[in-house]
Amino acid sequence: MIFVTTGTQVPFDRLVMIMDKFASVTGEEVIIQAFNGKYKVKKAKVVQFISPDEFDEMFQKARLIVAHAGIGTIVTALEKEKPLIVFPRLAKYGEHRNNHQVDTAVKMRQLNYVYVADTEEELFQLLSDANLHPLAKIGRDASRDLIDSVRQFIIGI
Amino acid sequence: MKLLAVASKGGHWIELQRITRSLEKEFEVVYCSTHSGYKEMADLNNRYYNISDFSRWNAWRILSGYVEMLKIIRSEKPDVLITTGAAPGLTALMAAKTLGIRTIWIDTIASSRRLSASGRIAMHFADRTYTQWKELSGNKKVVYAGTIFG
Repeated sequence: MIFVTTGTQVPFDRLVMIMDKFASVTGEEVIIQAFNGKYKVKKAKVVQFISPDEFDEMFQKARLIVAHAGIGTIVTALEKEKPLIVFPRLAKYGEHRNNHQVDTAVKMRQLNYVYVADTEEELFQLLSDANLHPLAKIGRDASRDLIDSVRQFIIGI
Repeated sequence: MKLLAVASKGGHWIELQRITRSLEKEFEVVYCSTHSGYKEMADLNNRYYNISDFSRWNAWRILSGYVEMLKIIRSEKPDVLITTGAAPGLTALMAAKTLGIRTIWIDTIASSRRLSASGRIAMHFADRTYTQWKELSGNKKVVYAGTIFG
């Protein structure tokens, strides 16, 4: 199963449309978490509102995650060791306030945490790649140094 | 000591949890976020307040969010407020400052070119501001000590 997640802030029809198109040419189940979009999904399965625990379960079941370049999704994919393709939201289409998702995608690719697609063509190319694999694994907590620094600051108050 | 930990739903909340979860052993941590479902999350054992969500797109709700946070802070009386943003986190930080509570702002790792819009305001009021990108630190005002990735 491929789980597609678009976050909860603004609709992301561009990604939903591409993944629906992909659903019509693949035998694999495609489940899309999306809401309020104008595009009517034809082939994929859509879930609008799911609880955090259900979201977790969906993530766990998926073979592959396709998502906007949201930090929550990236962290969850790395924690659960799932291959993740990010498709950044663009401000010019009203998909976000600014283009910080493009910056995030570039940085995360540099760190070799995620696969990145910027266009439908690139996304289809990655989707047909049989060798997609989890690129990294992270634990449950922030870096020791960050937590220690915060802790020291609190104790010093 | 008691921490009031505040973040918007989604990525900000996940960033916050990756920092505060391990502080729960040592401090009492009370959470505030903008998703009613977080209260039922399997691994959240702490007191949780669901607060209203807003962004700069509906800025008129900032005032009611501020009043809401004043009430929570007055009843919880935390020693420190810690937030990873975004707009509701900034509002919470302002409410804490008003009541003389110390504050920590941790800018989201999503802001890699410069501090987030909320962070650029928060840094003038917070007692401690962190960035998760080394190149954005460099003065005493904004500290880099690592990232939420671990």
